[in-house]
Amino acid sequence: MSKLDAKIPEGPLAEKWSKYKATQKLVSPNNRKKLDIIVVGTGIAGAPAAASLAEMGYNVKVFCFQDSARRAHSVAAQGGINAARNNKNDGDSVDRLFYDTIKGGDFRAREANVYRLAEVSSDVIDQLTAQGVPFAREYGGTLANRTFGGVQVSRTNYAQGQTGQQILLGSYSALKRQVALGKVKMFGRQQMLDVVVIDGKARGIITRNLVTGEMERHAAHAVVLATGGYGTIYYLSTLAVQSNASAAMQAYRKGAFFGNPSFIQIHPTCIPVLNEYQSKLTLMSESLRNDGRIWVPKAEGDKRKPKDIPDEERDYFLERRYPAFGNLVPRDVASRAAKERCDNGFGVGKTGLAVYLDFRDALAKQGKKVIKGKYGNLFAMYEKITGEVPYETPMMIYPAGHYTMGGLWVDYNLQTTIPGLFAIGEANFSDHGANRLGANSLLQGAADGYFVAPYTVSNYLADEISTKVPSTDSPEFVEAENEAKAILDKFLSINGTQTASSFHKRLGHIMWTYAGMQRNEEGLKKAQELIGELKKEFWSDLKIPGKTDEINQELEKASRVADFIDLAILIVNDALNRKESCGAHFREESRSEGGEAMRIDDKYSFVAAWEYHGEEKEPKLHKEELKFENVEVKVRSYK
Amino acid sequence: MKIKLNIWKQANAKAKGKFEKYELDGVDTEMSFLEMLDSLNEKLIKEGKEPVAFEHDCHEAICGCCSLYINGHPHGPGSETATCQVHMRSFKDGDTITIEPWRAKGFPVLKDLMVDRNAFDKIMSAGGFVSIDAGQAPDANANLVGKIDADKAFDAAACIGCGACVAACKNSSATLFVAAKVSQLALLPQGKVEAKRRALNMVAKMDELGFGSCTNTGACEVECPKGIGIDFIAKLNREYLCASFSESE
Repeated sequence: MSKLDAKIPEGPLAEKWSKYKATQKLVSPNNRKKLDIIVVGTGIAGAPAAASLAEMGYNVKVFCFQDSARRAHSVAAQGGINAARNNKNDGDSVDRLFYDTIKGGDFRAREANVYRLAEVSSDVIDQLTAQGVPFAREYGGTLANRTFGGVQVSRTNYAQGQTGQQILLGSYSALKRQVALGKVKMFGRQQMLDVVVIDGKARGIITRNLVTGEMERHAAHAVVLATGGYGTIYYLSTLAVQSNASAAMQAYRKGAFFGNPSFIQIHPTCIPVLNEYQSKLTLMSESLRNDGRIWVPKAEGDKRKPKDIPDEERDYFLERRYPAFGNLVPRDVASRAAKERCDNGFGVGKTGLAVYLDFRDALAKQGKKVIKGKYGNLFAMYEKITGEVPYETPMMIYPAGHYTMGGLWVDYNLQTTIPGLFAIGEANFSDHGANRLGANSLLQGAADGYFVAPYTVSNYLADEISTKVPSTDSPEFVEAENEAKAILDKFLSINGTQTASSFHKRLGHIMWTYAGMQRNEEGLKKAQELIGELKKEFWSDLKIPGKTDEINQELEKASRVADFIDLAILIVNDALNRKESCGAHFREESRSEGGEAMRIDDKYSFVAAWEYHGEEKEPKLHKEELKFENVEVKVRSYK
Repeated sequence: MKIKLNIWKQANAKAKGKFEKYELDGVDTEMSFLEMLDSLNEKLIKEGKEPVAFEHDCHEAICGCCSLYINGHPHGPGSETATCQVHMRSFKDGDTITIEPWRAKGFPVLKDLMVDRNAFDKIMSAGGFVSIDAGQAPDANANLVGKIDADKAFDAAACIGCGACVAACKNSSATLFVAAKVSQLALLPQGKVEAKRRALNMVAKMDELGFGSCTNTGACEVECPKGIGIDFIAKLNREYLCASFSESE
């Protein structure tokens, strides 16, 4: 018997969420103060969820591994946040944002969740604005908007190229307000090590205090994971170097299903790899494609300076291949097109693994001042890293691992298959299908946090009002702590010769080569073999200095890398199982005559949800069949 | 190239720290400063020695994690640059580089180059917010915000909370940090309602937590990786003075 029930409310799509809210179970204000909630992660999903639940009157404990909640990686999101407000009078609507997101995700997302996302999008912008987020404004004082990839309307709100920072700080300030009011207790510098499940329900977590090294047990009536994505599986990615998959993997091992792990977005516009020491790649926002034109020379191996190559000898390959959307095709399409040019010898730069993103025409038309106003910080960042000035010479860019559409499987309530364990934001799999549209990640995180979790978590807690918070001395807590501690001790006891980072780097290389932008059966099988070998080596030759009862950054890394290795196995499994191309998951065996990704709807129109079956056994696949009742499923074309 | 490093080592908050000397060969000019430290740590671990603890995360000068005091400057050489954006091309073969943690009473050292910046969170909790619950917000276009004010508020809001301003200040004052938040919210209609309480409470909290006073040397502005200017301190002073005369709390 499959346990997969997405719990989608009955009724017409546009009425599902209203109906849910009108009929859900409530917790009265008096009872809320008796209920405790743990939120792990303080990004654009976690901070709003924690603040909003506390505003309602629940007692919230919030955990993050950074020193401060303000440092969660949402802070680095650049370009913007979508909302269906039709501010530009250009035909936008909730239905349109819904459709763009479903189509952008290549028809592999759940209709009901996506519709709800579009429905609350406008409220999210109102809420953030009210919290003092300085969104870009027109001279008349109204919100300014710009366009992102994969759409034909301007619905993206932004704050220069630092939108993530601004909206995260808005949510963070709401969180700090609740800390002052005593409704949120903040635990910084804590690494989550396990979820505690008692009688089938999530009842707490085990953490390690990263300053003292002490193990801590925290109990609650519900646990919300807002722990982000796992793009760092590639080692080199656009993510912060400490972003990790550990909380999701702990939940997975405790029984939460993992949804579509192989759906990983490769972002087309990143600063290319510059040298072998590099520990991180830097994103150049998709918003740049509003004004930048992507090209390579028409002649193979043309080594002239870009400004010396006349227009007729340039191949604006996105405009050529996709005239309707041009430079603003979705990310997966843009990434593959760039890879195709470079693989065929038309790439530029020292390594040949780069294409130009050129602002020459926009600068000529709009002037430096306007361009600086839109992208000033991005141009400055590019210059600091590469030493080149984008006002004078085109940027060089190449795709890099970025965002994970996959994540913990959740139902319409954003609840995992473990009752009482919720996953929100990038940590869940729910809204983006096989490819996420630009400026939808901040939206989804904030929507889950501000306007979905407060309702659905309450719906769950309504049945828990007479439940006492379990004692942290209960056997489940003791056992979870002992197991977590044993793993840490194991890392230290191996005393081999290789560092945690060196394993991560090798894992990343395997994943990028065989499970990156393009995948095929042979490569994926090779990856399985290589990861298996790497895993054995990791557990027999790892070297971690120091002790557990002190600040030990290497020990923290080891935990993360151990989980990445297990997740890599799961990703490859999932990629092997899905023998179709869809969105970011491009199986070379499944492409159209024009070389585009080809879905196989009669076989693969489902969410793959993987269930853990112990270390030695293969995970079990559960399928959530996707039903499209409101859109016509067709070939995704941007031509 | 080959460089010499002079790095502050301190086992924990209570221990006494001291400088340790290291030599590092094979440093490439294309390495970032953080990658140089990574390679030092790789080497130390392999030699069975204790690596150097330091903080970093986004490598895009936006999370505010990195906090190194390099050759006497917070975030090292270059203006409007965070440590994660410093590259080894700023140094030359044979250079000695001295790396210290932020030094301020408000930021106690936790280990080596890591400090506790929790005080900034506490200052934020004292008033760095708009009191509005989810669900109460009016339409975002209901309160018009002029482009000039929105842009100015953004300039202040660009603060990444790294603490370089405190580290640069001879008084270890957090005034620029407070000024940035107070100014951002005072410039926006959404923040005006609580502007007075905010200025008074955030300044009071800063004083309480052991940060010094501002004596207008402007060192903070010079070292701020986001280029936040001391005109915001002038704005804070104005907000604070007006609030002191009118608020009776």
